Amino acid sequence: MEWVNVLIQGVLLGGLYALFAAGLSLMFGVMRFVNIAHGDFIVLAAYLMLSFVTFMGWHPALGIVAVVLVMGTIGYLGQRILLNRVLGKDILPPILVTFGLSIILQNGMMEVFSADSRRVSSGALDVASISLPGDLAIGAMPLLMFVVALGVLAGLHVLFFHTALGRLLRATSDDAEMVPLMGGNKAHVFALATMIASGVVAVAGIMLAMKTNFDPSAGPSRLLFAFEAVIIGGLGSLWGTLAGGVVLGVAQVVGAQIDAGFQILAGHLVFLLILVVRPQGLFARMKG
Amino acid sequence: MTTAPLTRRKAPVSLIAIFVTIVLLAAAPFWASRGTLNMLMEALAFLALAQMWNLLAGYTGLISVGQQAWVGLGGYLFFALAMFSGLPLLIALPVAALLSGLIAFPIGWIAFRLQGAYFAIGTWVIAEVFRLIAAQFSALGGGSGISLSIDVVKSLATSRGARDMVMYYIAFGLGIGSVMIVWLMLRSKWGLAFTAIRDSEPASESIGIRIRRVKFMVYVATAASTALTGGFIFLQKLRITPDAAFSVNEWSAFIIFIVVIGGIGSIEGPILGVILFFTLRSFAADWGSWYLITLGALAIGVMLVDRQGMWSILKSRGVPVLFKTTRWFEP
Repeated sequence: MEWVNVLIQGVLLGGLYALFAAGLSLMFGVMRFVNIAHGDFIVLAAYLMLSFVTFMGWHPALGIVAVVLVMGTIGYLGQRILLNRVLGKDILPPILVTFGLSIILQNGMMEVFSADSRRVSSGALDVASISLPGDLAIGAMPLLMFVVALGVLAGLHVLFFHTALGRLLRATSDDAEMVPLMGGNKAHVFALATMIASGVVAVAGIMLAMKTNFDPSAGPSRLLFAFEAVIIGGLGSLWGTLAGGVVLGVAQVVGAQIDAGFQILAGHLVFLLILVVRPQGLFARMKG
Repeated sequence: MTTAPLTRRKAPVSLIAIFVTIVLLAAAPFWASRGTLNMLMEALAFLALAQMWNLLAGYTGLISVGQQAWVGLGGYLFFALAMFSGLPLLIALPVAALLSGLIAFPIGWIAFRLQGAYFAIGTWVIAEVFRLIAAQFSALGGGSGISLSIDVVKSLATSRGARDMVMYYIAFGLGIGSVMIVWLMLRSKWGLAFTAIRDSEPASESIGIRIRRVKFMVYVATAASTALTGGFIFLQKLRITPDAAFSVNEWSAFIIFIVVIGGIGSIEGPILGVILFFTLRSFAADWGSWYLITLGALAIGVMLVDRQGMWSILKSRGVPVLFKTTRWFEP
């Protein structure tokens, strides 16, 4: 029964990783562009939540809306002002610009919030759990996160496949050069994609803030988890990122069960194994 | 059409400049204070790392954010050999680099399954795996690291002055050697292949360059030389910990910023970058995080203004090229 418990924990953790991965996957899907500062933006969202709710005393619901709005705005403007200028055939500039952003964000957050590790308390929800028959218990918080992850992915699915904006984004993903010829504004579409991705990043950051302690240097490992979930799931597959997140989550939780120091390593090793055995991922839809 | 020999317009001036610099650096133990000597050692080691990253990213387009894997592996293998194998330190250093090069074959085979930006993040994952594995080795101090024992250090030379001298010349060899090797390489057949790949992959493939193979060999070679430098860096520090050995800030962020700000895809760029980096650092000792923020902003600025960095700006203002790598064809 202990192992069933471990498995459930891993699957629920996978939901959080799928949230981390969704934003990364979306930006790559539309723009063939990988944001190295992705993890640092997740941590930035976590600090925004901390500032609004803990420091300024806002209601959590208001805090969530504010974080999503602020991150979405940063995403739209950042893409239009900075990132659109460096996107092109040469892959070096976008990698370097986002790597530079990552270093700036980490050190900027260090200056503003200090290196102390922080957490946003969600009150009674932190320790609540649901008992199941056979000695199983599911924490309310991990379950809520998993449900939120499913909700976000479902929302993205509807957006992509059942709206006009989604059609435009898919068209851009297929051939970005054609978009202007069809009367679309490429710079605007790219910025919209980043805005949506940043909204997802905001939700991921809020979840991070409520689930664990975080500090300004927590970003890079979040980027690596997101990246691993994307590759395991298969490039360009929305629901693949959920599968990737779950595989990674289960690997980490099982690793931690074997030895506490083995948690992160086990996740990385399973990722490398899948890269060797099935480099296109579990549900690949496009080529890197 | 015949190939003219490499022409040397203004070459004498640049050759004299290179020669004078090398002589000054070679004589450093006789004119520099201990503090200056230490700074030069660090700068020469950074120059070696920067030249290697530049060879990888600037010429073959393989952007790695995980070169700390090789710095750390070189350091750890060197410490292990120095403490447990009984090899003399000056032998253990190249042996550690050679072993790292061998390990780079399977690791590179895995990393090469990813392309572009995903390759960059993949190399970072690999470096993290190395770090986490290093932390599991209790014989090498586990997570808290290990120091070289006094006896081992003394086997290098008994007096402190002599040790400084030996270490300085290792650093000198690494720094100057890396520049010279890259220069000779770029002037050879390989150099033509690199430049062709840098300029256009489809075109270079169509004239018979086996791109994947060239890139893979460059990856392995830079891994081994980065590991050699890593071994030296931790010989100088005398202590190694997983966090210091596999630090992404120290061995990737700094190195990448040095190359990018100085000028990627040229030999002069990394040299200029190292000089700028150490000059800025001497002013910014108490800036704390702002130092890294400044470097990050400068690198972003370079990408927005001129992707070829400071060296390209200087070159367009008439500063002569120091290391000629281009060939001129006369009809």
